Amino acid sequence: MSGVILAILIVPLVTGIVSFWVPARAAARITIAAGIACFGLVLALIPEVAHGTLSYLSYLRVDAVSGVFLLATSFLYAAVSVYAAGYLKGRSERYTRRFYLGFNVFAWAMLAAPVMGSLALLWIAVEITTVVSALLVAIEGTDGAAEASWKYVLIASAGIGLALLATIFAYYAGAQVLGEHSNLAIEPLLRAGPRLPHTPVRLAFMLAVLGYGTKVGLFPVHTWLPDAHSEAPTPVSAMLSGALLATSFYAILRFYQVASATLGSGFPRDTLLAFGIASLLLASLYVFGQRDVKRFLAYSSVEHMGILAIGVSFGAPIALAGVLLHVMAHAAAKGNAFMGAGVFTIKYQTKQMSAMHGGLALLPWSGPLFLLAILALSAVPPFGIFRSEFQIVAGGLASGNYAAAAALVVLVTIAFFGLATSATAMLLTPKPDETAAGRPGTGPGPRADGSAVAVRTRPLASQVLTRGEPSAWMVVPVVAGLAVLVLLGVHPPAELTELITRGAAQLRGAP
Amino acid sequence: MSPPGVYEGVANVIAALMLLLEFGMLRQALIRDQVRLYTAQSALISVLAIVIAANRNLPELYALAGLSAALKVVAVPLVLRRLLGSRIGEEAPGVAGSYTLSPASAVLVAIGLAAFGFFSFGSLGIHSRQAPETALAIAAAMVFVAFGLMIVRRDVASQAIGFFSLENAISLASLVLAAGLPLLLETAFLFDLLLAVVVFGMLIRAHHARSESLSTTDLTRLRG
Repeated sequence: MSGVILAILIVPLVTGIVSFWVPARAAARITIAAGIACFGLVLALIPEVAHGTLSYLSYLRVDAVSGVFLLATSFLYAAVSVYAAGYLKGRSERYTRRFYLGFNVFAWAMLAAPVMGSLALLWIAVEITTVVSALLVAIEGTDGAAEASWKYVLIASAGIGLALLATIFAYYAGAQVLGEHSNLAIEPLLRAGPRLPHTPVRLAFMLAVLGYGTKVGLFPVHTWLPDAHSEAPTPVSAMLSGALLATSFYAILRFYQVASATLGSGFPRDTLLAFGIASLLLASLYVFGQRDVKRFLAYSSVEHMGILAIGVSFGAPIALAGVLLHVMAHAAAKGNAFMGAGVFTIKYQTKQMSAMHGGLALLPWSGPLFLLAILALSAVPPFGIFRSEFQIVAGGLASGNYAAAAALVVLVTIAFFGLATSATAMLLTPKPDETAAGRPGTGPGPRADGSAVAVRTRPLASQVLTRGEPSAWMVVPVVAGLAVLVLLGVHPPAELTELITRGAAQLRGAP
Repeated sequence: MSPPGVYEGVANVIAALMLLLEFGMLRQALIRDQVRLYTAQSALISVLAIVIAANRNLPELYALAGLSAALKVVAVPLVLRRLLGSRIGEEAPGVAGSYTLSPASAVLVAIGLAAFGFFSFGSLGIHSRQAPETALAIAAAMVFVAFGLMIVRRDVASQAIGFFSLENAISLASLVLAAGLPLLLETAFLFDLLLAVVVFGMLIRAHHARSESLSTTDLTRLRG
């Protein structure tokens, strides 16, 4: 299995480099092949990691918790790589090759993070995700993209700086027990957990929640997130939301494991509960009144990251299993929602929801699929998020956190109304007439060389919107995502259930 | 309480000088001078690594000091100068006077932040065998001042310098708490910094190309 781990680390990186040097069409194809290959490689790992931990070269380590995050990221990498082939049609060669270079390296860093067996290497992988994704956010070359990428790189890098400080405090704590030459390997730190000094571990955990929490999008350090998600190319938005936030949350989970082993579960859980409730509250209110469809989905991401934090804070096995299932279901649902939103922005030439009407009639596939993605995000059965949130709430009740469980249900319900009202207006409200008229806006638009997103703040004047999909490439991965959501909600495969159960046990301190 | 010995005194003086340079970056209006101050601060961190290596018999710290100097004293300023090009040698539009507070108020706020960082971390009772705890408290003060620098200055160059000096503050904390961290990991951290510098530089260039200014006051389009 060590060959499989190495392949997961090599394939996306090599694909990224090759993509830059080959024609755009070939870059698209090898990226699709790499995405699907990585998903296949991760699937091959799952039966092993569902029953034991894999280690290689003392720096690489895959356990059940890593396996869940690898599954989420690799699935999204595969799905979005197919979607991107349609999304990038008509873009210049230069733009497309730069995009695929960044996209594959970004996926590589996100796949590398859960494979790292040391907190130091984990930090390096997360830092690489920041710098690469900042360039991808900026790639459109618009005013909005420049602003969003600067805010993102500055705020996320400052957060990552705090995460580095957390890593150093974790080293200091580990060195007191394991000796000066310990290398921040996760396994020995967890074993030594009960003997580690409390103050540095407490400090490391707080700094990790604040630092990595910046990239997760936890309140109050979430401010970069709506900007970056809305201004990035849609395939990048899908990866940012479905995979990057989860990868950063994975880093918090590793610190949570160490902190729980040392301090007991009280302090780490209380901290996550506070951040989770605050994030969920902010997001459930901000979902209302959003005008930009991608900003709207970005706030939904803050909501779901809050749910993850709350789920971990409950600590009950069923809640932790729900959290791990939620990571996968959210990746599929949010990926679908962003990919659907991308089709809408191309169709209507705008990101403004108020200018989108009659989506169900105009987009025979993407309209219903977008509606289903929003329903999935709203935790409507039979999708995976319903099951995961149900498990999290059940875990809250089982662990005696009645008030927090009630708050979770209320805030998720508020968010549901926000998501449902905005989405149904886009999809079901009939067009005023067959001509969606309006004056051209001043937002990001296509450049003469075709290198930027064809998106305006209002639809083009006198443009007649015809029924049909922009590209079949942009529909197929969404159908696959929907199938995954139904599978996770109705009957998760036995191996997956074992993986999640083992991961939940590991989060509670099992080896 | 016994007074600090020569080694502790030297380490503390170097750390205090780094903090003073941090204040200098906060106050300085020209990018060119900010880069110079950052270079001096980076040189001091290498000197401190050598002092600790010699006093605590940690030979790998010599290598780290050399690498750190090569990257932070030579490569990073060089990359910054290259990426900023002609904008670095002049009073680039949007840099001087980019304070959200008056310079005096900014310094006063920074003193408050530094005091908070110094005393809060100083009271944690974290002891190191490699370097005096006072240096850790000073590193914490530097972290807070670096954050202050990123907040009170409204230009991309100063904000980037703020981030790079934040990394210097973390390096100082690392020397106190994690002097024995394997060289391989320290090296990886440093190259990661270089990568971040390049990306910051590219985004600064992109910002300047679009707005013909380094100011961030017009970055208000995305709200809500």
